[in-house]
Amino acid sequence: MTAQEVAVPGRSGPDGSRPHAALVVQHLGKRFGERVAFDDVSFEVGYGEVFGFLGPNGAGKTTIVRTLGTLIAPSSGSATVAGIPLSARDGSAIRSRISMMPESPGLYLRLTVTENLQCFAGLYELDDVRGRIGRALRAVNLEERAGDLCGSLSKGLRQRVALARALLNDPAVLFLDEPTSGLDPVATREVHELVAALRERGVTIFLTTHRLEEAERLCDRVAILNTTLRLIGRPDELREQLFRRSLDVRLRAPLDDPKAVFGAVAEVGGWERTPSGYTLTVSAPDLAAPALARALVKADADILSIAESHHSLEDVYLELVDEDVEAKAR
Amino acid sequence: MTFSWARVGAVLHKELRDYRRNRFVIGTMAAVPVLFIILPTIQLVAANTTDKAVSLRIGLSLLYMLVIPVTMPSVVCAYAVVGEREQGTLEPVLSTPVRREEFLIAKALAAFLPTLVIAYAVFGIFLAVAALFASPVIVSAIFTGPHVLVQLLFTPLLAGWAIWVGIAVSTRSTDVRVAQQLSVLGSVPPLVIVALMSLNVISESTALAIGLAGALLAFDLLAWRVVAGMFDRERLVTGSRR
Repeated sequence: MTAQEVAVPGRSGPDGSRPHAALVVQHLGKRFGERVAFDDVSFEVGYGEVFGFLGPNGAGKTTIVRTLGTLIAPSSGSATVAGIPLSARDGSAIRSRISMMPESPGLYLRLTVTENLQCFAGLYELDDVRGRIGRALRAVNLEERAGDLCGSLSKGLRQRVALARALLNDPAVLFLDEPTSGLDPVATREVHELVAALRERGVTIFLTTHRLEEAERLCDRVAILNTTLRLIGRPDELREQLFRRSLDVRLRAPLDDPKAVFGAVAEVGGWERTPSGYTLTVSAPDLAAPALARALVKADADILSIAESHHSLEDVYLELVDEDVEAKAR
Repeated sequence: MTFSWARVGAVLHKELRDYRRNRFVIGTMAAVPVLFIILPTIQLVAANTTDKAVSLRIGLSLLYMLVIPVTMPSVVCAYAVVGEREQGTLEPVLSTPVRREEFLIAKALAAFLPTLVIAYAVFGIFLAVAALFASPVIVSAIFTGPHVLVQLLFTPLLAGWAIWVGIAVSTRSTDVRVAQQLSVLGSVPPLVIVALMSLNVISESTALAIGLAGALLAFDLLAWRVVAGMFDRERLVTGSRR
């Protein structure tokens, strides 16, 4: 897959200046009657950044996308989208500078791929329609299916057409709402490759997903939302923020006196037994590991491995969601 | 951003393409006129010139012609918004710079243009068949009276009513079938008045015809703004009220 021919998106504000962020969201909230969709959400997304929005079903991810896309009016807070303050009055202007790809491709199935794109090129009042459609289709590897009815395409191909449609206007911000939802592994991989290619081109992408490996693979930064914003940062930052650094120690047999062995190593802050050995909380794994190895050898233990614990984004996510579940139970 | 006819054209073009490839729409557009041309034509051609109710027969035959601009667009318009919503195509369209007024005008024109062409074509065929095969008394009664003018005038006005009622129902419905039923029902009231005039229940007069035409014209022009006010992006996308 290539996105080489997709034009670099508009990166300047409405007056031609370049604002510092593609999205600035401050204390944004949305209620539907008594129900809170999301509340007090604040973050910024820089130009060229791929920003992931994670959260369980019903967390408010899609509602935030729709709010920033001016389909929904916020109940509180403010935002600036592609340099334009979020307001009903500027809705059309904002929508002309962004693109949204909803979870469902939403194609006209009785129209061909090209006819679908022509319709949207008209709605954006774009020039060089033929050229733009050609470039968008090349970006998603669909040139050969340009004349096919969308109703005859597989779900994965329809998703690619929707992505081509979202690229037509060279958006300053591209919102992708669950872009791989319901796709098989091959189609999912294709979409991932397309997003990665767009990232290489510097397209600003706001991606909502509940696929953690997708966010970890594609996003520069992620935010975890569960009605309120729970965490925001680079995936590795989040891991460090949520989990203390630790070493996993695997031994052939349990220690007779683990307290004495681990207590002798200054860098070890605490320890717990695991099915395969021990997990040790340490201040500096690089310093702790050699000292620990010496202590274990001295204690006559048979060491199978000593490795720094690796926490995935999934661990971070589950930890936060579990906290929320526990908090609600209280 | 100002009103853009280019965006109207984009939606209109798409709609007309979609109609052409939709068997249901083509079938409806073909079947209704065929149905409403056979009965009145037979009725007039077979009419006895000594029949005291010639005027009534002509009125009834021409009333059939006016059913076309009422029923044809109401079914199509009932689908206009709620159909796109069910199909999942509404959100991507509303995510573009298109304004609600542009979207609605395009939807209305997409129903209005084929309706007008078909209704006038059917009326033209009816007049031609009547001129060729009906008795001279009947032909004279059709062509010398105000019937032709009434048909030409009321066809677009009734279509306008049916279209805006249909779109209004469609913007507020959550189910296509319900929208179609309500839309057809809502398009009937002005036709009842025209029917009462055609059947001589209400005395036909120039003043009444002009008054009714003026009222329909005013409705058609104002309805665009009223329906635009009913078109709530948020409710259409989320199904929730603010």
